Amino acid sequence: MSRTAATGAYEMVVGLEVHVHLETATKIFCRCSTDFGAPPNANTCPVCLALPGALPVLNGHAVELAVRAALALGCTVHSTSVFARKNYFYPDLPKGYQISQFDRPLATGGRVRIGARDGGAPFEIGITRAHLEEDAGKSVHDRFASATAVDLNRAGVPLVEIVSEPDLRSAEQATAYLKTLKQILEYAAVSDVNMEEGSLRVDANVSARPRGQTALGTKTEVKNLNSFSAVARALDVEFARQCAVLAAGGAVEQQTMLWDEKAGGVRPARSKEGSHDYRYFPEPDLPPLVVPPDRIAAIRAALPELPDARRARYRAAYAGLSDYDVGVLTASVALGDYFERVAATCGDAKVAANWMMGEVLAALNAAGRRIHDFAVRPPQLAALVGMVRDGVVSHSAAKQIFAIMVATGGDPDRIAEHEGLVKVSDDAALAAWIDDVLSEHPDEARRYLGGERRLQGVLVGHVMKRSKGSADPKRVNQLLAARIGS
Amino acid sequence: MTAADAVRAAFRRADDAGADASALNIFLYEDRDGALARAAALDGEPRRGPLHGVPVALKDNIATTSLPTSCGSRILEGYVSPFEATAARRLREAGAIVIAKTNMDEFAMGSSTEHSAYGVTRNPLAPDRVPGGSSGGSAAAVAAGIVPIARGSGTGGAVGQPAAFCGVVGVKPTYGRVSRYGLVAFASSLDQIGVFGRTVDDAATGLQAIAGPDPLDSTSAREPVPDYVAGSADGLRGVVIGKPAEYFPGDLDARVRDRCDAALDALARLGAEVRDVSLPHSRLAIEVYYIIAPAEASSNLARFDGVRYGLRLEGDGLRGMYEATRSAGFGAEVTRRILLGTYVLSAGYYDAYYRKAQQVRALIARDFGSVFGAGVDLLFTPTTPTPAFSIGSKSDPYEMYLSDVFTCTANLAGVPALSLPIGRVDGLPVGGQLIAPHFREREMFAAARALERALGDEAHR
Repeated sequence: MSRTAATGAYEMVVGLEVHVHLETATKIFCRCSTDFGAPPNANTCPVCLALPGALPVLNGHAVELAVRAALALGCTVHSTSVFARKNYFYPDLPKGYQISQFDRPLATGGRVRIGARDGGAPFEIGITRAHLEEDAGKSVHDRFASATAVDLNRAGVPLVEIVSEPDLRSAEQATAYLKTLKQILEYAAVSDVNMEEGSLRVDANVSARPRGQTALGTKTEVKNLNSFSAVARALDVEFARQCAVLAAGGAVEQQTMLWDEKAGGVRPARSKEGSHDYRYFPEPDLPPLVVPPDRIAAIRAALPELPDARRARYRAAYAGLSDYDVGVLTASVALGDYFERVAATCGDAKVAANWMMGEVLAALNAAGRRIHDFAVRPPQLAALVGMVRDGVVSHSAAKQIFAIMVATGGDPDRIAEHEGLVKVSDDAALAAWIDDVLSEHPDEARRYLGGERRLQGVLVGHVMKRSKGSADPKRVNQLLAARIGS
Repeated sequence: MTAADAVRAAFRRADDAGADASALNIFLYEDRDGALARAAALDGEPRRGPLHGVPVALKDNIATTSLPTSCGSRILEGYVSPFEATAARRLREAGAIVIAKTNMDEFAMGSSTEHSAYGVTRNPLAPDRVPGGSSGGSAAAVAAGIVPIARGSGTGGAVGQPAAFCGVVGVKPTYGRVSRYGLVAFASSLDQIGVFGRTVDDAATGLQAIAGPDPLDSTSAREPVPDYVAGSADGLRGVVIGKPAEYFPGDLDARVRDRCDAALDALARLGAEVRDVSLPHSRLAIEVYYIIAPAEASSNLARFDGVRYGLRLEGDGLRGMYEATRSAGFGAEVTRRILLGTYVLSAGYYDAYYRKAQQVRALIARDFGSVFGAGVDLLFTPTTPTPAFSIGSKSDPYEMYLSDVFTCTANLAGVPALSLPIGRVDGLPVGGQLIAPHFREREMFAAARALERALGDEAHR
């Protein structure tokens, strides 16, 4: 039986566990910096090195960010939650246990809308729980020939773990969910969600079941997924593997699988890695975490605008923008903020949107930059848009000016002046350019002046080129027409 | 007397008593030069308070930067902490001089100081007997007259029991009263730093210096600290002292019972009303303790893995290194408790053992709350069922555990307890225990002071 035929008979069922670094200045249980990229073990102290006698002290800012994240995902935040120890031995886990939350997590029962179903009803993914925990350090296997090194800078960086219901049915849905989640967390300002720095990590619970069956099949947990594309590929590979096992009459073994990015495949974790008994019990070094209801209410009230709300606002406020436009413009908080400032300053949202979706995004992509370190600031772009609208520069000149703004960060009016791109409507100057063009192109000039009117466009083009785009094309047309007009 | 004189006298006394491994084996590490230098410096300073220039000894599980902190274990042999325990820092700031770290049962797991990786500590009053444990070295240091005050730690009676065996005063304060920051964890929900003193006032002075909230310990209590030393000694009129039946079982050593009755008579003569009470769930304390303490210990001791500090033995791969290091680093009692604790936390056993033990622990604590809520101010019990036993006489671990039967309930309930000498049996000290409601150390010290005065020389005869 072919793989395709095998998968066709089954349905993929996926739940994701997403670990997100919370953007605090210091670690969750000590005062060490969370800066990424410090020399190995520079950001450590007795607490995160687990020296004998050291004790954890909870970082209140981490709690606030986790509550904010949970509220942004529609979760119920519990006033009392309990830290628990998750016990296992690994060199990058200095205490021999991770402080996490187990049977009384910070938040439960949220949902994330990842799109619309046929007929328009929202397509939502359930959030089982969101809880606070500490990150482990990093084992470095490739730095020394015969030894594994341990870098504990990351040990104790605060995480919120977001566990979804098994509501996802395809790799595409999983990707859409992750993108939505990332966007919500960025909007909620709880994390920079930078996958390269490991600030968002994913474990996937995958199972296959015959189409039409409601009971869940036996799942495997796929770990080591370091990008959204790795998640999508790993889901397809693992699902196909399970389908093949089931189609051959076998049973899927509940186990932990590791994604191998280079090989593009999954392999079972060694049985001891996969069959942890974590021996959870309440963390006796920390009292229960109490976040009073009024504190939760205050955090909810101060929640930044979330993506769905911003999209709704754009649709209402900016007539003429398509759903696609709105989606692109709200991709990130910073992009939307940028757009709104340009639109407000220049007074024309549609034109501002066209600039954003055309020139601005193209320039960002070409330079590999993000909008917050883009050389052209919103007032400058708004000024350029205004210059086009007011006829100060032509549209083609504006594109040249924009390119110089991207490179230099300069103001558009100065660039236009310096580069001679201010639109020229002065008849004497235009007539001089027309004379030059006619003498340089005697054949076309003769034919045009002889009545071959269709050559007018070609000649206007020559004039525009000669003027480096500064000539007012409308007036050039008029003046050219006048030469044969009477 | 100058601080330098006091420190020199303490070391002379240590030498005379044989505090080193050659005889009593009380000290694991001594800091003669450092202590004298510190004393000389303090002698040139204005007096900081009652502990100015007073030599003290610390149990070897309290982190100090001047001396190693080995917890009586091979796995931390020679380990010097880069940071200081809050209790050690507060003592230093009060002017006390740490002259030595004292022997203890490995990681505080034991009741006799026979389970130290560095040999048995002998009872200064009867060298063929144990000093109790796990804080045996600290109790012995006070009993031998080397220091007036020493620090211990109690997890399941490890302050009161050795105090009783060595004939000194030992106080285990309310859970949370003294910061645990820098106390190497055994069972975090039970551990509490305690104090040994020659007298009730010494113990009170010692506790005063270290009590109070600490931002580095999230379980430390915010309650204000009253003056422990200035408590009333004008008799005990109106004070109700409960005598819990479960702590005077039928098979209690008759001579221990006699001494307790004499102490209760003395309390009554001081004006206290002695009332029979019951703490029914205390009967389950040992069983509960030996589930909860090993469970927490199995997790707390996971950090001793050979990766970052302490002993490391190479083996076959990572797992081999772990096994070699931990097998060589931990003694038999510690290994036994790690295995027990790992078992009771395992999936499928958690509910039957750990969860149930926590439920019973809550019942034990509720018993104390009920009695104290019904007008009883303090409880009086024998500290231990028997005086100090002979070295090597308790080969069955469970029999050893039973020597903590009267003291471990205070740790389980988190209430403060104090043991003071109330007489002798065959020349061996017998201790009486006072137990108070949470944060009522001041009242506990006041009653103990009155009883100490009333018993006078009887307490040591």
